[in-house]
Amino acid sequence: MLQADGLGSWDTSLIGFLAKCIATGESGEREFDASAMPEGVQGLLRLAFAVEERSGARRTTTRKGLLVRLGEASLDAVDRMREGLAFLGSATLALGRFLVGRARYQGSELFLLIQDTGANAFAIVSLISFLVGMILAFVGAVQLSQFGAGIYVANLVGLAMAREMGAMMTAIIMAGRTGASFAAQLGTMRVNEEIDALSSMGIDPMEFLVVPRMIALMVMMPLLALYANFMGILGGMVVGVGMLDLGVFEYVEQTRRSVSLTQINIGIIKAVVFGVLVAVAGCLRGMQCGNSSQAVGMAATSAVVTSIVLIIVTDGLFAVVLNVLGL
Amino acid sequence: MNTAAEHIRVENLTMAYGDFVIQKDLDFVVRRGDVFIIMGGSGCGKSTLLKIMIGLKAPATGEVFYDGDPFWASGSEHQEERKREFGILFQSGALFSSMTLAENIGLPMQLYTEMSAAEIRENASLKLALVGLKGFEDYYPNEISGGMKKRAGLARALALDPEILFFDEPSAGLDPISSRLLDELILELRDALGKTIVVVTHELASIFTIADDCVFLDPDTRTMIAHGNPKTLRDESPNEKVRNFLLRGELEAQNQNRGHSE
Repeated sequence: MLQADGLGSWDTSLIGFLAKCIATGESGEREFDASAMPEGVQGLLRLAFAVEERSGARRTTTRKGLLVRLGEASLDAVDRMREGLAFLGSATLALGRFLVGRARYQGSELFLLIQDTGANAFAIVSLISFLVGMILAFVGAVQLSQFGAGIYVANLVGLAMAREMGAMMTAIIMAGRTGASFAAQLGTMRVNEEIDALSSMGIDPMEFLVVPRMIALMVMMPLLALYANFMGILGGMVVGVGMLDLGVFEYVEQTRRSVSLTQINIGIIKAVVFGVLVAVAGCLRGMQCGNSSQAVGMAATSAVVTSIVLIIVTDGLFAVVLNVLGL
Repeated sequence: MNTAAEHIRVENLTMAYGDFVIQKDLDFVVRRGDVFIIMGGSGCGKSTLLKIMIGLKAPATGEVFYDGDPFWASGSEHQEERKREFGILFQSGALFSSMTLAENIGLPMQLYTEMSAAEIRENASLKLALVGLKGFEDYYPNEISGGMKKRAGLARALALDPEILFFDEPSAGLDPISSRLLDELILELRDALGKTIVVVTHELASIFTIADDCVFLDPDTRTMIAHGNPKTLRDESPNEKVRNFLLRGELEAQNQNRGHSE
């Protein structure tokens, strides 16, 4: 018999305690009688025991062995890889349909995307590449001026920007800026059933959403990379002129002599490829997005990580291939 | 309306996510011009069944026939063509947030008809007027209320004058008045335009107002346990679970009360 004479106020923690007593009592064959409790307490206790626990509803957490977890993780990785490849395949097909003019998309949307990925990224690309050019020049200046070869800072900055850093830094900016935004946009559209709505209208989301994003980045990335080259060389020149007392004309001439068109072309080609990678990674993560707001955040994070990994790995592949080709 | 011809037939349908079977052995016919309700408790697979019927998710086994033609067994081109006869209202409206209401409604017309921009605009305005949103052409979805989004979603579903309208929980998140207005709109669409309408819902008030026919999906046995007019089912179904559902759990409550008073 449970008694609560003189009990002034109570909250649900009392119910919790009593419910536990009764439950333990049942398994230990000892009965608790709550009939002397206040009316409200009895009502809530009745509710607590009214619906039987649904069998199998409770999650049991069993610790899995290391091998099991390892196996599951690798199977997962294989699945994800397959999904990624399938996505890449259908994106390529959709891009093909776009090129022969059979894709369904909205021109105005494409224009907005180009504006967003290109023009609106101008400021950040300017700042970052200018600073990267300056940093390269600083590092070079300290070393080269020891040998009285300060003028070669122009070669260092020019080559590094044109061949590597222009495309790479732009791509990384785009991964953080545009890739994440693509993933978040498509992820939200998935959560909001907009993608279902599109496919139920017979519109392929690949053509309508993914291809315009790929095109926007493929067009704008090389332009931005070219601009980044210019800004980087400008940054290098500021250091060269300010710190090493080189003449402006001298610096420009040295850069022109050292950077061939081939080097610039290599950078441009890389920029196009990186653009595709960022767009595909962003769209893939967006389309794979789960059904919650948390999943949208995860999609954006994962898009950035995926694109940066892909960019660096691809840049490594470029280095090997170009080396073999002797370029 | 019982004499009307068959429009949609679901045969031997099993739906599953991976190995997990949600519903099996579904067999029913939706007659032309009927308002057909798919109902059942939460988590019984109502929305999944709708997804299969509108071609968003493939069934594990079984087939959906439209006018006697199998949907899933046919090629993707045929499926796309068939999908154009569907108008779908999603749970949240699923309006494209980057477009205005007029653009949302105009999109399918722009893609599938030869109409000029001005004609599309005019037609979109008409569709908006039909659902009581006259004058909201240039609003973006985030500028209007939830109920208005749903109505705008309905206007988009009507854009191509579809043969069949699908509604996924039309009254979820609506106040009683808006929900009633939507029910009236559904009935009007059926009567004036002769559409076949398939509705997923568990809103009893609207079930009894609009339904001609229904199926009841049961999450425990994982199959349909009743089929027929909901009013008849409420009064005469041999299955207590179905009657209890349609009486808002009153059977169970009565039994319990009896238990207490004894």
